Amino acid sequence: MSAAPGFELGHHLPALQVVVPLIGAVICAMLRNGTLAWGWALIVSVLTAAISTMLFVAVQAGGTISYGLGGWAPPYGIEYRVDLLSAFILLIVSWAGAIIMVYARQSVMHEIDAGKRAWYYCMYLLCLTGLLGIAITGDAFNAFVFMEVSSLSMYTLIAMGKNRRALLSSYQYLIMGTIGATFYVIGVGILFTLTGSLNFVDIAERLVTMQMERPAIAAITFLTVGISLKLALFPLHSWLPNAYAYAPSVTTSFLAGTATKVAIYLLMRIFFSTFGEAKVFEILPTTTILVLLSVSAMIGASLVAVFQDDVKRVLAYSSVAQVGYITLGIALANDLGLTSALVHIFNHALMKTALFLAVGAVFLRIGSVRLHDLDGIGPKMPVTMAAFALAGFALIGTPGTAGFVSKYYLAAAVIDKGWWGLVFVIAASSLIAVFYVGRLLEAIWFRAPGALAQKASDPPLSMLLPIVGLSLAVIWFGVDTRLTVDVAHNIATMLLGGVK
Amino acid sequence: MIAGMEGLLTHYTYIVTIFLMVSGLFVVIARGNMVKKLVGLGCFQTSVYLLYIGPAKILGGTAPILAPEYSVYSNPLPHVLILTAIVVGVATLALGLALTVRINEAYGTIEEDEIFARDMVEHANSEESAS
Amino acid sequence: MKLDLILRVMTKFILPYILVFALYVQFHGDFGPGGGFQAGVIAACMIILYGLIFGLPAAQAIVPQGLVEFLIPLGVLIYAGTGVVGMLLGGNYLEYTYLAHEPSHGHHLGILFVELGVLITVASTMVAFFFAFAGRKRT
Repeated sequence: MSAAPGFELGHHLPALQVVVPLIGAVICAMLRNGTLAWGWALIVSVLTAAISTMLFVAVQAGGTISYGLGGWAPPYGIEYRVDLLSAFILLIVSWAGAIIMVYARQSVMHEIDAGKRAWYYCMYLLCLTGLLGIAITGDAFNAFVFMEVSSLSMYTLIAMGKNRRALLSSYQYLIMGTIGATFYVIGVGILFTLTGSLNFVDIAERLVTMQMERPAIAAITFLTVGISLKLALFPLHSWLPNAYAYAPSVTTSFLAGTATKVAIYLLMRIFFSTFGEAKVFEILPTTTILVLLSVSAMIGASLVAVFQDDVKRVLAYSSVAQVGYITLGIALANDLGLTSALVHIFNHALMKTALFLAVGAVFLRIGSVRLHDLDGIGPKMPVTMAAFALAGFALIGTPGTAGFVSKYYLAAAVIDKGWWGLVFVIAASSLIAVFYVGRLLEAIWFRAPGALAQKASDPPLSMLLPIVGLSLAVIWFGVDTRLTVDVAHNIATMLLGGVK
Repeated sequence: MIAGMEGLLTHYTYIVTIFLMVSGLFVVIARGNMVKKLVGLGCFQTSVYLLYIGPAKILGGTAPILAPEYSVYSNPLPHVLILTAIVVGVATLALGLALTVRINEAYGTIEEDEIFARDMVEHANSEESAS
Repeated sequence: MKLDLILRVMTKFILPYILVFALYVQFHGDFGPGGGFQAGVIAACMIILYGLIFGLPAAQAIVPQGLVEFLIPLGVLIYAGTGVVGMLLGGNYLEYTYLAHEPSHGHHLGILFVELGVLITVASTMVAFFFAFAGRKRT
């Protein structure tokens, strides 16, 4: 053994990315006092976001970072592996976590009982830990453990909703989520028996020399189904609308902005850096299945969204539809398709978080998110609702907003493949989005205010700032695509060239 | 036929695993009682433990301790992994049961159909009072 | 169970042995089967048995709810903190090599602290489960 080297911050960033929110969560639980816990959680989540930014910069400059946990060299120990894809997802998740935390104080004070607030922030940070862990780890089983860390804390976060249906939706999510995670772990088990390794990179190297035998196909199937449950792919989305609708506002925003995105990341990791697109898409009918399910989500879930009378449910079904756009991009498995999927992960996180935060502000003021209670609320809370409208336009895909960028690339990817029919599907889905977003905006801005809406006003500044900031970012990333499209393009190139 | 039987017998751990897996999943889907659902979920998760542990045992292998007289070892990694998975399973079960207790307090029942029925009634009432 | 003399006496008699066995399993975990998880469950059994025989209030007088809620995060903090100390001393996260002058001593020390953290968290979590479920009234 050589002499102990000193502590270098840059070297330890991958570990700190997970350890900082973990220790933060633990200390949060010890603080007991809600406001203190919020202050601490804010510091921790901002630190986490700063670490992810530093990691992103480091990876862009110097390529993939590998960190052997406990000093055990990969593939024997658990490896934290930050490539551009991981860094991109870490960036989205940790910044979403930090921005929502700024907003959280007032909303949590309104929706969570005083005695439970410190635990709420503890669970929030634990969930953040889990999600960041999935994105950073290079170990398939470790990803399962982090998946369960994030899911278990997410079930708790949902169950803290005031309505008793929050308990029921949390229970349903628990059942579905656990089945999904177990399917994932079955897939990992088969893969482990087949290759003798749990490290994604190592598995990929060992699979190259193997024929695609039945166990490998079974493994892909289990992994895909398991992760699809977590990311709410169309027929497996039944847990999502209730979970979004009855959870506290902060939970909904956090869940919508991060959880499904991280599951999509894991799917990409399995498809492209572990098995390689040649095996997944050429030997198995993955393309057909994924395209069909994505198209059903884009059309079906959007149609359902039009007929909901609860604003949160409209947005929840729209999330299912938007996940369809992302999985369609993955299913195309070409450069443009992956680029559009990655860009849409970023953009959708941005606009859905903005929308749900705005809805949370409404709930704070009038205590309801039923559509007819929101009649004419626009002029009463002008700033919030203007931000809501901006993010809503992005959801439709209006040119000049972030939503347009991802749809443009998706359409280009579809044309690149030569599947012209799908262009019409994308257009049709956007048209339905015009209906459900238009229905919300019409009620909010152009109707006579009801009794509840009369007394509404813009929320406090700590809530207003995140909402306005995110909705301006929706415009910013609709115009300046350097961070999104260029990075996404590099990631797509990396993923498609990753496994030979 | 004989060959088929032999295949079944030599792979009996897989048969047990798959039986547990399918029966557990069936209970989760087919039963409306929330505790029974959790029992099924536990069964389903337990099958995964077997899936890992079964292939990990090498007949005649010892614990992985360095000693000159032994050369065949069982891989300890699956056991460690499953220890973690068991803890995760216990945490899930505890959270599930805690939710069931809370649901029972809020609704007065843990049968899914009855809960949906009560929610429908509540929904209809609130619609009436709103209009 | 007020009149059940045998149960009450035997429980009081057996409690210290449960704790000793838990500690044996804990410290034996370095060399053989055992460790924090098992020891934590056994240690929690001591409190749970006491609670079953003498009633929930008696158990909560020994281990107050607030203490349990403090110990659960404390165990995780010890675990994670050990990792951070290893990091500050120059290794990777959770690398025990640099905790002592000699790597093997460092590993010994590191796993001791980690298992202590596991013991505390597992034991207090089990007790918290018991308190949470036993404290609910029948509906």
